[in-house]
Amino acid sequence: MNSHPDTVIKGGRIIDASGEHSADVVISEGHIVAVGPNLDAKRVIDAAGCIVSPGLVDLHAHLRQPGKEETETIASGARAAALGGYTAVLAMPNTTPAIDCAAVVREVLDLGRESVCDVHTSGAITVGRSGEQLAPMAEMAALGVRIFTDDGTGVQDDRLMRRAMEYASGLGVTLAQHCEVNSLSEGTCMHEGEWSARLGLPGQPSESEELMVMRDIALARMTGAKIHFQPMSTSGSAALIAAAKAKGMTITAEAAPHHFTLTDACCENYDATFKVHPPLRTQADVDAIKAALAVGSLDAIATDHAPHAAEDKELPFDQAPPGMLGLEYALALAFTELVDGGAMTEAEVLGAMSSKPAAIAGMQNHGQILVPGVSANLCVIDPTHRWRIDATGGASLSRNVPYVGREVRGKVRHTFLFGESVVHDGEVQR
Amino acid sequence: MTSSRATRTDTESQGAGSRSSAHLLSIADLDREEIEELLRLTDTFVEVGRRPIPKVPALRGRTVVMLFFEDSTRTRLSFETAAKRLSADTMSFSVSSSSLNKGESVRDTIETIEAMGIDAVVVRHKSSGVPAQIARWTSASVINAGDGWHQHPTQALLDAYTARSHLGSLEGRRIAIVGDIKHSRVARSNIEIFTSLGAQVTLVAPRTLLPSSTNSWPVDVTQDLDSVLPTVDICYLLRMQQERMTEALVPSLREYTASYGLTSARADRMAESAIIMHPGPMNRGVEIASEVADRPSAVITEQVANGVAVRSAVLFALLSAARQSSNSSPDQLISHEELISPEEPASQAESLVPEETAHVRNSQ
Repeated sequence: MNSHPDTVIKGGRIIDASGEHSADVVISEGHIVAVGPNLDAKRVIDAAGCIVSPGLVDLHAHLRQPGKEETETIASGARAAALGGYTAVLAMPNTTPAIDCAAVVREVLDLGRESVCDVHTSGAITVGRSGEQLAPMAEMAALGVRIFTDDGTGVQDDRLMRRAMEYASGLGVTLAQHCEVNSLSEGTCMHEGEWSARLGLPGQPSESEELMVMRDIALARMTGAKIHFQPMSTSGSAALIAAAKAKGMTITAEAAPHHFTLTDACCENYDATFKVHPPLRTQADVDAIKAALAVGSLDAIATDHAPHAAEDKELPFDQAPPGMLGLEYALALAFTELVDGGAMTEAEVLGAMSSKPAAIAGMQNHGQILVPGVSANLCVIDPTHRWRIDATGGASLSRNVPYVGREVRGKVRHTFLFGESVVHDGEVQR
Repeated sequence: MTSSRATRTDTESQGAGSRSSAHLLSIADLDREEIEELLRLTDTFVEVGRRPIPKVPALRGRTVVMLFFEDSTRTRLSFETAAKRLSADTMSFSVSSSSLNKGESVRDTIETIEAMGIDAVVVRHKSSGVPAQIARWTSASVINAGDGWHQHPTQALLDAYTARSHLGSLEGRRIAIVGDIKHSRVARSNIEIFTSLGAQVTLVAPRTLLPSSTNSWPVDVTQDLDSVLPTVDICYLLRMQQERMTEALVPSLREYTASYGLTSARADRMAESAIIMHPGPMNRGVEIASEVADRPSAVITEQVANGVAVRSAVLFALLSAARQSSNSSPDQLISHEELISPEEPASQAESLVPEETAHVRNSQ
């Protein structure tokens, strides 16, 4: 190993949780070793005009492995993540088999170690995500799992959720909830409103989400558990989260890019690319989600990246699986919709995509302030680059992109994972 | 496969209401003039249907496929008869006899059928939107024969035709649509056609059988059938399905009938000239009293009879449009009546008569 440092990122504008300043960043042996003016190294990355940010952290990625490797693998999902500026992702447990025990956790983490992203995994709250019996959370927590969720579905039974919260709080882990009361949403495929009425599609009311938000706030108050709310899609949910936080509760919540970008009107042509859970809501909901992100009542932006095979998305709308890609588009959508839309600054968006989600998931090597000594997990973003989203699906093995043709601003140029250049000039390196 | 998918037709590029559209997916795709044209054309086919041999050579050599993913003998037979009266070849494809049970996708199915060479496909599916999806995947004309809760445009056309044959213009007429609006494709398409033709529509149903939002619909909504009935020109009853009981949408059929059934006493309070309609099949004794269904003011069998002529008109308009250059208007297409009418009884062996020698005849 040469004592001369590996890489310097020169001329960029650093944005991290400490604020903004212009400085060069020197990386060596996996760490940031110097931050300041006029630094040098063997390899020079020109970041003039670019933002240098802690690597992004996604709290919500469906990597489909094990079980659905034709739609995504941990390797392909990690490539999509790296291209999107992410240095860490949290895999969701709705795989086949579900990530509900140590053996599957180990498999996912092993596969993740070979990938171009730091893959963490959540664990299921209940065995098989079937909502009946608690999964062995302690054995998964012992392997480093910090977030437990039955994502894809919410824990329906009140008593079981109470027990899960009590048990989880003893382990010091966080429960994350996909909020959806099945008895109000069963058989539905989009938001219930004017569009579902016109299209003749069964709709789920906002209340199916909000009732579970209410319940879990009440149960979290009762049990003292750490609870995180997965994509909040309605104005009512955003208000409930804000109200609970105003009373001093330490809950956290996320929003997905599609919920601040798209509305239920997108379902007009029965293209199931626009089918997602929670569903696309109304413009008023979109506005409320933006506002809630802006004031911080929604803490994090999480992709809910959900790859699906083309033939499955070509099923009749009511039969097609829900979900859409997000890892390669989230940052640009956030810059375009939230920053250019006037709701947030670039620094606030980057905080909601790096330091805040890293804190929620307990990922200590990510989302850090870029100072000497920290792990070199960072990305270089060209904020002026305008581009048009295409239908290729990028590095994902799937192509269910709901943003095709949309012009967005902000492109990830480089991503460094523990000092390794995993994305260089917009190309994934392995 | 991939290349055909890349160049697939996209309904979005055609736009709702486009006069060059070669599909009939929704009544919303038609403007008032297009509806009027189809109804006028229906007159012609009603006349054809009265002939000793009710058959014309208009669509000779064209192939119409009945693609029924959901069983509907009545609608399928009506379309088949309509196509055969136009001398089209027909194929029928139903889910039970197809490879769909072997996991073939709708897209693969339509692409396979299209490879056989077809001009139109009549689609029925239990899921809303499937005809719109199919229209993106085929260059054949797609006719929606009922999709989920969404639309049943030929039902709406035959209902409008039947209503006008009794009442004349529907401008300013009052129409009550009674029953399960929420789950009804007939209601959605009929609301559009009746209001497009100038009628005032009132929906009569318990809240549980209405869509969650009718804010953007040009209708009035009430739960009080008795107050509405004396004022209406048409009482349009929807079929009340037994399965709605298990979904807790109404407490019992008995209670439904008490509030929303067209009983003899209620029918007596309707205006003398008012008519009673129903898309069938009826639940006698539930949404309509058996005695009421048999009154002269109930035009239910007429609706069925007009179905064939309406569907002939739709097939003729769409397939003639497809044959013409893309910039010709429906007005021109509908004037091509030499395609329709062999006038002389002697030429009723119509398939022997070349189209260009057939007479022009105006039946209107």
